[in-house]
Amino acid sequence: MPKATAGQKIAILKKLEFNRLLIFAASTIKTSNMITRLNHVSIFVLDQDSAYEFYVNKLGFKVHTDAPMGPGARWLTVCAPEQPDLEIALMAINEGMMFSKESAQQMRDLVSKGTFGFGVFECNDLLATYEELKGKGVEFTKAPKQEFYGFEALFKDDSGNWFSLGQKAK
Amino acid sequence: MTEKSYPKVYLYRRIVRAKLYIDVNYAENIDLDNIADEAFFSKFHFIRLFKKTYAKTPHQYLTFVRVERSKLLLQENMPVAEVCHAVGFDSVSSFTGLFKRIAGITPSAYQQEQQRIKREIKAAPLKFIPNCFAESNGWTKNSNFKEVGI
Repeated sequence: MPKATAGQKIAILKKLEFNRLLIFAASTIKTSNMITRLNHVSIFVLDQDSAYEFYVNKLGFKVHTDAPMGPGARWLTVCAPEQPDLEIALMAINEGMMFSKESAQQMRDLVSKGTFGFGVFECNDLLATYEELKGKGVEFTKAPKQEFYGFEALFKDDSGNWFSLGQKAK
Repeated sequence: MTEKSYPKVYLYRRIVRAKLYIDVNYAENIDLDNIADEAFFSKFHFIRLFKKTYAKTPHQYLTFVRVERSKLLLQENMPVAEVCHAVGFDSVSSFTGLFKRIAGITPSAYQQEQQRIKREIKAAPLKFIPNCFAESNGWTKNSNFKEVGI
């Protein structure tokens, strides 16, 4: 293989330097044009007053915003105590812009039948939380059980939406 | 695993009972001995188990509950000194110090901030609702909730 001339070596070095510059420039671009976080999630509930009682007084969630929006309309969001930046919107299923009369009825039926599982909550100690919530009348469809993927219980909210409950790795 | 088969369920029940005792009696002059008695434990064994379960010592948890309850009272515009005594603290200065350590701001600053938010929600509720939700519910079409600048 013929040896590279001095000029060729300089050209290679320049190209390498340029590539490094490109990588550096790419690393400085902020991620502001990318999706970075989830800050609202909706749970459809049958009755917002009852959902308030369940999520705030039984689960111990904090009310983030509770704003009346006119007759029969209310914007109600709650947060898990250690996650104040994820608002859980407890959405009433009312006939209106979001639901036709028929869809609202279908949605109510599906929610009350326990069709929807909305996520996995985490606590510090599953057995203690299970005992406390059960004592407060929360309906568990599965007692804490060690599964291959983790220690888990399942419970339902007052509307019929179900959640998994796990515990923080200790 | 059924509820009967997990180990030491009685221990969990006693720890939970102690936690609930704090949740209910936080405003009283309770000390650790009261709480440990409630759970039928020796003091040190109790503190260890409580911390393992809730990641806070009983005393830290009691302070946390008092501060959390005080936030609700401050939101209702109760004067700071009254809030302090209503949640079980003896002195306003220790209440202010603990509140600031846990909440990051003083009780009076927190109260002002909450009152401001309350006024804003009342005056302009749409400001607090992501537009997609408001629009799909038809709330943006209701002129009562429209405001300049949104």
